[in-house]
Amino acid sequence: MMKMLVPLAAVIVLIIVSLAGVEAAGLEAVFGIVIPYLAFIIFVAGMIWRVIDWGKSPVPFRIPTTCGQQQSLPWIKQDKLENPSTCTQTFARMILEVFFFRSLFRNLKTELHDGKVVYGSDKWLWLFAIVFHYSFLVVFIRHIRFFVGDVPDVIHILEALDSFFQVGVPLVYITGLTLTAGVLFLFLRRIVIPQVRYISLPADYFPLFLIFAIAITGILMRYFTKVDVVAVKNLTMGLVTLNPQIPQGIGSIFYVHLFLVCTLFIYFPFSKLVHMGGVFLSPTRNLANNSRMERHVNPWNYPVKVHSYEEYEHEFKDKMKKAGIPVEKE
Amino acid sequence: MAKFTKKPKDLIADIDYSKTPSTDWMDTPVEFKEHTFCWGAKGKNLEIVGFPNARDWSPAEEDWKLPHDWENTVMDAIKDRLSKYRSFKLFMDICVRCGACADKCHFYIGSGDPKNMPVLRAELFRSIYRRYFTAPGRIFGRLAGARELTLQVLKEWWYYFYQCTECRRCSVFCPYGIDTAEITMMVREFTNLLGLNTDWISGPVANCYIKGNHLGLEPHTIKSSIEFFLDDIETITGIRIEPSFNRKGAEILFVTPSGDLFADPGTYTCMGYLMLFHELGLDYTWSTYASEGGNFGFFTSNEMAKRLNYKIYAEAKRLGVKFIIGGECGHMWRVIHQYMDTWNGPADFLEVPKSPITGTVFENAKTTKMIHITEFTADLIRNNKLKLDPSRNDNLIVTYHDSCNTSRGMGLLEEPRYIIKNVCNHFYEMPEDTIREKTFCCGSGTGLNAGENMELRMRGGLPRAMAVKYVKEKYGVNMLANVCAIDRATLSTLMDYYNPGVRVTGVHELVANALVMKGEKPRETNLRQEPLPGKEGA
Ligand code: HEM
Ligand code: SF4
Ligand code: SF4
Repeated sequence: MMKMLVPLAAVIVLIIVSLAGVEAAGLEAVFGIVIPYLAFIIFVAGMIWRVIDWGKSPVPFRIPTTCGQQQSLPWIKQDKLENPSTCTQTFARMILEVFFFRSLFRNLKTELHDGKVVYGSDKWLWLFAIVFHYSFLVVFIRHIRFFVGDVPDVIHILEALDSFFQVGVPLVYITGLTLTAGVLFLFLRRIVIPQVRYISLPADYFPLFLIFAIAITGILMRYFTKVDVVAVKNLTMGLVTLNPQIPQGIGSIFYVHLFLVCTLFIYFPFSKLVHMGGVFLSPTRNLANNSRMERHVNPWNYPVKVHSYEEYEHEFKDKMKKAGIPVEKE
Repeated sequence: MAKFTKKPKDLIADIDYSKTPSTDWMDTPVEFKEHTFCWGAKGKNLEIVGFPNARDWSPAEEDWKLPHDWENTVMDAIKDRLSKYRSFKLFMDICVRCGACADKCHFYIGSGDPKNMPVLRAELFRSIYRRYFTAPGRIFGRLAGARELTLQVLKEWWYYFYQCTECRRCSVFCPYGIDTAEITMMVREFTNLLGLNTDWISGPVANCYIKGNHLGLEPHTIKSSIEFFLDDIETITGIRIEPSFNRKGAEILFVTPSGDLFADPGTYTCMGYLMLFHELGLDYTWSTYASEGGNFGFFTSNEMAKRLNYKIYAEAKRLGVKFIIGGECGHMWRVIHQYMDTWNGPADFLEVPKSPITGTVFENAKTTKMIHITEFTADLIRNNKLKLDPSRNDNLIVTYHDSCNTSRGMGLLEEPRYIIKNVCNHFYEMPEDTIREKTFCCGSGTGLNAGENMELRMRGGLPRAMAVKYVKEKYGVNMLANVCAIDRATLSTLMDYYNPGVRVTGVHELVANALVMKGEKPRETNLRQEPLPGKEGA
């Protein structure tokens, strides 16, 4: 329980801090300018540091996890996507992993019935992970409209698609809802499945609560408090053009939303959320299975103490000779 | 210690996946249960290879006779390995604890112990990484999932990282490919630095270092073991085979796990090799120096594995062979395929393997210059170079077990199947979720195939045994084929426990049964000297 309550409390505190900061202390400039800049810098620097730090450790051995038939004899059909042996094939495998969560799609559920182990397909995690991540991506891309002067056509198209199914004002963006649903599912799954609950840490609940709060404040602004979008765009464009300003009349809920997003950005490089970058570097996925075809060099390979043939023959010479096994030195 | 007598149904009755301990895993102390761990190493075996803190020790005793500054040793080693292995470092940072790997581990499936979920096994170590190597862990401690390194933690590591067979099944299902086997390898390195090896691993390592093979067979014993097989082959086929040992100028060096020289049913597989090579008139030699394909060093440290593996190339060079053929073994092939060339290459004194019988050039082994015997044999069959009579195996209803290492660390899936289908008439696959890249471990890999940890082995082998049981009931399967010397020993025990009546065989035993040899007498029996189908009355 504590594992869940502490991160929940943390998110509530974040909300209160930003509300109080803006409403009571009038710190719009801090929450609207200073913290966003800080968050951006920490995020970018943090992610670069992460990737460099990982990159500093070499990949001494070629250790892909092979999930299909290897390339061997020409008449045996190789599984090029699951067991790639060239760069192109490996690239394709990575595309499947990154865009379609290939490995997660394999998921099975193991159960015990009448003393028998049975495996069932279990694609829920995959489905909601896809829903969650793609919604996140679309929501993220939609936000670009706040950070460019003329909104590019792609964003218009994306917005049109995202609100395709309805009429009325304001149009409801589907991804806002699916993102929330995705987070809710991931959270429910975490508390309902006993094994997953047992392995969960506060650091697993915190981002879920945080993202949930971000989505809810966003939805509130769009559909309920009807935030002054022009004023918001003035603020964000001010940030982008390095000419920051605090326009009047943006409700405090916007500052809460922004502060939570900033927190997510700051938190990102120091948490499990770095899986976003890490997945590209994973040696069990991003290496071709060609270690018998092309020599892989370990940069820190060093000489080791061995038991040489000479020593061996010296120790067993008599026995070898008696058994008629050839020796080097008679 | 009392003998392990638990019945399969009682063992299964203990398992309940929905139950988790009432206390958080960090507050649940490790309990060393009888029959679930291996004996400690003997000092003399550690001394032979120069391992640290050589002394006799027992995991069951309170005092592990650790060096006084063991914490520092561990810390330094963690730091060192983090800087040497991107896999290790990355896998520490990116796990989201989604639990996709949780129920994929055979030890979890067979025990229901949450600490056997790959993710939690990794967290046992990750919590220490966080505490000493990340800022959030240092500042927020337990709130960030961090904890102090204590003797309790070390014991917990030892217990659970010697309950992982480095099978990599978890890695297949992880969205980021996190391979708990990598973490197990690292933690085993740390325990190794403190002298916390097991007897069952360190004995073979010492043997292999000095005598060239895990069993410690000396040169003359290797020769006489094989001669013993030759007598049997003569009885069965009427043909006297004369293989050579340590012969310079042979075209091919043959290396296989020593286990097959020693115990049934591996010995029959070994007879299979001898018969096949003889029939082909292959210009090859055995070596008594490089007389081990397997590598128990791999279960202690990367360095020790390299030290043992050195002999293969060294011997190939000394004998002046052109290339190497490797026998049926699981972890041996992970080592050969993914490590050997990097450790001890380049093998520029060898040539790209080319089958002297079919002329096929094995481009897939262009640099390592070592091919798997099933690659070699599949090519022979494809090119019609073998005269085969599969009906000699008609009494066998066969299924095939993929070894963890050849499937997930190589991708050798079709070669053995192609061979089996050509030498047997009755072949049935186990359920899809239990074979190929999703195959289940025998439960006794990475040096866990001892006697004292039998309950652990039977728990780890449960998913494999259940899958065999399924095809046994459905198709009447009575023979479990595989390409691994450890499997041949461990699966036999496993079958006796869960599926009595199902026996275990190497692929090349089946080949040799079906192989019609030039000048052989009419065969009455198979390699086990049991009557062939149709000859029972004779
Ligand atoms: C590219 C391959 C990726 C895969 C396979 C992947 C997979 C996952 C999975 C399985 C979860 C766990 C959900 C849970 O059980 O809680 C997760 C969570 C999350 N991922 Fe990704 N992810 C990927 C990329 C990304 C990217 C590019 C982002 C960028 C924002 C991202 C952001 C998140 C966030 C914010 C969470 C939710 C918070 C949490 O559960 O802790 N992921 N991801
Ligand atoms: S599947 Fe991978 S990311 Fe998910 S809990 Fe297991 S190791 Fe962690
Ligand atoms: S490598 Fe195999 S034994 Fe080890 S944790 Fe993963 S699934 Fe379990």
